[in-house]
Amino acid sequence: MEYVKAFLVGGAICALVQILLDCTKLMPGRVMVILVCTGVFLGALGIYEPFAEWAGAGAGVPLTGFGNVLFKGVKDAIDKEGFLGIFKGGFTASAVGISSALIFSYIASWFFNPKMKS
Amino acid sequence: MGNDKNVDVSKVVREKDTKTRNENYNQYVNQITPKNSLPKNMIGAFLVGGIICTIGQFFTNYYMSMGADKEAAKSYNTITLVFLSILLTGIGIYQKIAKFGGAGTLVPITGFANSVAAPAVEYKKEGHVFGIGVNIFTIAGPVILYGIFSSWVLGLIYYILKQLDVM
Repeated sequence: MEYVKAFLVGGAICALVQILLDCTKLMPGRVMVILVCTGVFLGALGIYEPFAEWAGAGAGVPLTGFGNVLFKGVKDAIDKEGFLGIFKGGFTASAVGISSALIFSYIASWFFNPKMKS
Repeated sequence: MGNDKNVDVSKVVREKDTKTRNENYNQYVNQITPKNSLPKNMIGAFLVGGIICTIGQFFTNYYMSMGADKEAAKSYNTITLVFLSILLTGIGIYQKIAKFGGAGTLVPITGFANSVAAPAVEYKKEGHVFGIGVNIFTIAGPVILYGIFSSWVLGLIYYILKQLDVM
């Protein structure tokens, strides 16, 4: 059941974004920014967390989930450290995703070469 | 496709009247632009995105069964998906999946990892600092900037509301 939910919710989010891509000709980079900011916004409104609780990885793996984690990090840091938390929580919460992407990508650049476009 | 009257390029070029020529030209462009059907793209996105999230659920459950708590399991899952995505990007498979999956490969965290790894590999010839170092942030930069900024703004609002005892 968990897997079915993850598949359906994750798939539905991607299909919706596909409509956005096809109908507006937005560049992928912009779409990613929109997704993360949407996640931050829905997280701040307290909507995304219960949704992610229900949908599991279907809501956590998409970039909206990344945005939600970002806000959650800021909120938790504010609850714990007060004012300083506003500046601290975002990077703390997103550290795992950003660091792993940067580190593995840099290592990958040692081993792989650009593919010729066919 | 092409059930409108077919327009030949020669017809566009030879037309003297500017207005008719522009009309013919637009029709010609419409004709030769490859048509992507939205329903087909949506199915591709749904399947690929759904499968990536299902794999994510699998890893999350696996790490929890190994004794990690829920938050840690999610973080390990992120690392795993990012790693796999970058590996597939390096060997050129992720790009092939993206052709079919569209938004299905863009929306998950694997799409973010792909957007970091692709320029890192692409620009390695231009050097470690100004090649990889600069271009690795081509897409990651905007995502990080606006993610951090929007969460900072909303965090500030949360902080103020909390000081005022609203929350």
